[in-house]
Amino acid sequence: MTILVPIKRVVDPYAKVTPLADGSGIDTSGVKFEINPFDEIAVEEAVRQREKGQDITIVVVSIGPSEAEEQLRKALAIGADRAILVETDAEFDSLGIAKELEAVVKQVNPEVVLMGKQATDDDCNQAGQMLAARLGWPQATFASEVNFSGQTATVKRESDTGDETLTMPLPCLITTDLRLNEPRYIALPGIIKARSKPLDRQAPAVNAAPKTRTVNVALPPARLAGKRVASVQELVQALQERGAIGA
Amino acid sequence: MSKVLGVVFSAADSYAIQAFAAALGMPFDLLCLSGAPVTDAGAGKVIEFGLGDLPVADSAATMIQNHASGYTVIAGVSSMASKDVLARVAGLLDAGMITDVIKVNSPTQFVRPIVAGTMLATVDALSSPLVVTFRPAGFELPARGGSSPVETLNWDVSAVAQVQSRSQKSGGRPDLTQAKIVVSGGRPLKDAATFEAIIGGLADALGGAAGATRAAVDSGIAANELQVGQTGKIVAPDLYIAAGISGSTQHMAGIKDSKIIVAINKDGDAPIFEFADFGLVADLYDAIPEFRRLIGK
Repeated sequence: MTILVPIKRVVDPYAKVTPLADGSGIDTSGVKFEINPFDEIAVEEAVRQREKGQDITIVVVSIGPSEAEEQLRKALAIGADRAILVETDAEFDSLGIAKELEAVVKQVNPEVVLMGKQATDDDCNQAGQMLAARLGWPQATFASEVNFSGQTATVKRESDTGDETLTMPLPCLITTDLRLNEPRYIALPGIIKARSKPLDRQAPAVNAAPKTRTVNVALPPARLAGKRVASVQELVQALQERGAIGA
Repeated sequence: MSKVLGVVFSAADSYAIQAFAAALGMPFDLLCLSGAPVTDAGAGKVIEFGLGDLPVADSAATMIQNHASGYTVIAGVSSMASKDVLARVAGLLDAGMITDVIKVNSPTQFVRPIVAGTMLATVDALSSPLVVTFRPAGFELPARGGSSPVETLNWDVSAVAQVQSRSQKSGGRPDLTQAKIVVSGGRPLKDAATFEAIIGGLADALGGAAGATRAAVDSGIAANELQVGQTGKIVAPDLYIAAGISGSTQHMAGIKDSKIIVAINKDGDAPIFEFADFGLVADLYDAIPEFRRLIGK
């Protein structure tokens, strides 16, 4: 079985980032880039499935600038077998990404696409579902547990009210949530080995015109400075005065 | 003529969609994926299927696609269910999508948070139809009234994915994303029983919902559906009480639209005090029982 794991290069989710002065985007100067954490969980999960003893080939793909090789090498170090970089400086919206990934799926022929539920930079949570729709595959988003048995995937997924378990025939698409696993620490031998694994660069196949475009990025209005209260009594009084709780 | 198709995932969605359509200045119809149809939200019509539980995404998205013709905007209230289904609808319709809209500048320009809510992006829709999920907090509820005609149809789209089991919503507390008051706790709550007694107890005393941090959920103190933050629930209550929560960027992303934020934390340097309208440096195990005594509950 082949699992395709799309990964996105994002600004370090724990770094403090600000808008560019002209509002045209995010100021990424001096900021580290990482694999989108949900995508890293997806790579880890694919490797764990293989470690259960199944015959699984793991292909990782990223759509982005030349520098996204760093993130693909990290995925190879976690345990992916080979990588594809769809190299572009173009800004695709989620649908544009889904179309490029669709072309990669036709090329790689995976039984499963496993990817993050959302990227921590644009927080869209769209590309996986859009790709599943375009492929006509069933989907399970927000996965917290994944099992493959023969031609069936069983996925426990988080929902607004708790969780549910879905079964789907392969091929299928799964997006990962936080609690699926905790990605491993990568030891040096893995990093060295990853350098010699195949990484193919190719141009975007579709280059779809965007259907949405970000025209400005700004800081949100600051909340007014709050006040410290000295006691629970003062707190209760203040909340009662504001009408937030009954007197 | 421009028109909205509002997809109803849970009971309270209909009025939120009414508010959102008003912000767009467009008439709207409703398509109900669960619960009883709401007829006094001013919809042109309400399509329903007599469904109890939400259908799986592959089936739901195809059904919405079958009804999408003639609509400019297909909209739903932001939730895990709406993101699951409506992004698939966008894929089927070859439509652009804007997630978590908090403000409408014009029928083709919207504002949404990015990077865990640390920035706001203004996004243009360049084509129609457009698929949108929105957070209801920023949209004023119009008056209810009228009586929309209801079309009851058969659900005739089979599902590829099959539901094996589904947990039921626990307790009688209001829904976290709809509640007027939310009381949340972090890892200092120690264990599930303590969390339930302290956080659940205060939530019940105030008629509110209980929420939790990712750390509390990950350490098994609280159920995963209670997680508030960038990757959990986004809440916007009138009153948010954070007890034993330091205030990570990811958690704050889920609460910053709350009208009043109260922080109770032993650590006076916790970042949450920068955001809180009222901050109390105190041990929550002393402060919360005293709070309940003072309000007589």
